[in-house]
Amino acid sequence: MRLLNASGCLDALVAPEVARQLDAFVTKTITPLPREGNAAPRIAEVAHGMLNSIGLANPGRERFLADNLPRLRELELPLWISVGGFCAQDYADTCAALDDVAAIELNLSCPNVDEAPESAAEIVAACRAVTPLPLYAKLSAAHPDIAAVASAVAGAGADGLSLVNTLRGLALDPRTHRPVLGRVTGGLSGPSLKPVALAAVFACYAATKLPIVGMGGIASGADVVDFVACGAKGVALGTILFSDPDAAARIRGELAQVHLDDVFALAHAADTIEVGSRVLA
Amino acid sequence: MPRRERLRVAGREPVGPYTLLRLDRGGMDPGVPGQFFMLEAPGRLLPRALSLCLAPERELAFLIDPIGPGTEALCALDAGEHIHVFGPLGNGYRLDVERPLLVGGGIGMAPLPYLSEALRFPPAVLGFRDERYAEAAALLPGAEVVVEPTFVTAAIAPGHDVLACGPEPMLHAVAALCPGAQLAWEAPMACGYGACYGCAVEIDGHMKRLCVEGPVLLAAA
Repeated sequence: MRLLNASGCLDALVAPEVARQLDAFVTKTITPLPREGNAAPRIAEVAHGMLNSIGLANPGRERFLADNLPRLRELELPLWISVGGFCAQDYADTCAALDDVAAIELNLSCPNVDEAPESAAEIVAACRAVTPLPLYAKLSAAHPDIAAVASAVAGAGADGLSLVNTLRGLALDPRTHRPVLGRVTGGLSGPSLKPVALAAVFACYAATKLPIVGMGGIASGADVVDFVACGAKGVALGTILFSDPDAAARIRGELAQVHLDDVFALAHAADTIEVGSRVLA
Repeated sequence: MPRRERLRVAGREPVGPYTLLRLDRGGMDPGVPGQFFMLEAPGRLLPRALSLCLAPERELAFLIDPIGPGTEALCALDAGEHIHVFGPLGNGYRLDVERPLLVGGGIGMAPLPYLSEALRFPPAVLGFRDERYAEAAALLPGAEVVVEPTFVTAAIAPGHDVLACGPEPMLHAVAALCPGAQLAWEAPMACGYGACYGCAVEIDGHMKRLCVEGPVLLAAA
């Protein structure tokens, strides 16, 4: 069971000791041109979650390849490169420029920037045409039928799925009744996202049987068990890393006595889902 | 190196409308004045970033303004309770200054008592919105205190190396008056160690993560 970070939730160059607790490091999303990101304030705590509106701040493809990537390679960790853009060609150009990394994660679902006009499957197909590297499509549960999107990207050549991205939300300042975030809305993450993510993993696994990296509110070994039961082959940590930089090591400890293969087998033994609390107990 | 430990609350005292929260230090390093710690806020998802106010022997003390659910939960902690603390983080004040003058506004005075100790009690100017908030000046004996409508900028004598912390408008005014001043900025932070990009603010035309590039930055000369 692979333990990763969710894209944008860790800077391995600033905190290599945190990244080394993971099986692979997923970069912040890289776009063709540099982006300073969205206006401040960029984060707001809400009940059982948080909103972020970072806006894909990144150094741009050219500087990432020349400067950041060589330094990331020195960490000797498997690297997943998160790729973003504003049209299919943006994604494909970055994919074509990458080699010798563990995987590419296509960020098809950032709630904080304008979307590409093409469908997720069209973007995956454009990338599939230019790279033999494993392609993971990161999807949003905001889509009314995420399983249909998953099937479409599978058909277009995706090797796996990253589920889920944050969901667009709004927080208001209780004194002014105006939006807290500079860009008005932001992506919801944390514990409140977990049931949404589980539903997405469950539906997309049933629809595609592709390898899935599950994410959304994972904070404990018990949370990982839930994702595995729904069909995830790996999981990624996001918001929990903000309050607990050692969460990966802690969660590994919590899973030491758990047989995740048994969790999956039990959950899929019949046509009904048995979530793995029985195994944990 | 920052570390994360579960620390015991040693006690808390009201200081005007603020609360001074004292924690047993455990194995933690108090760091350089102006550096900050992430304090677990009971019942909240995210920790709160607070600069160290005082470093009594075997303790870490934080001055907290209860302005929301997280800081209110911290101000309600009782002696004997425990919270996770991560730090010290970020870049503090440079202490190699010849004629230091400490300038604080409101809760921005929080890092100045510890800074004052490190610099052997230089002159200081503190500004507050009213007399009740000004009671916090007791933590920095000898400081000149001004209350609105007078602002701290009216009390800054020329020829000093200014080290300041306070609300953004105050920092901009101090920067305009004292190029080269060391200014401690503030922004909502989720992580405190460069992971979330949440605390980035525009300074000199670029977005900077205050937790790793700050929180103390030089005012443009």
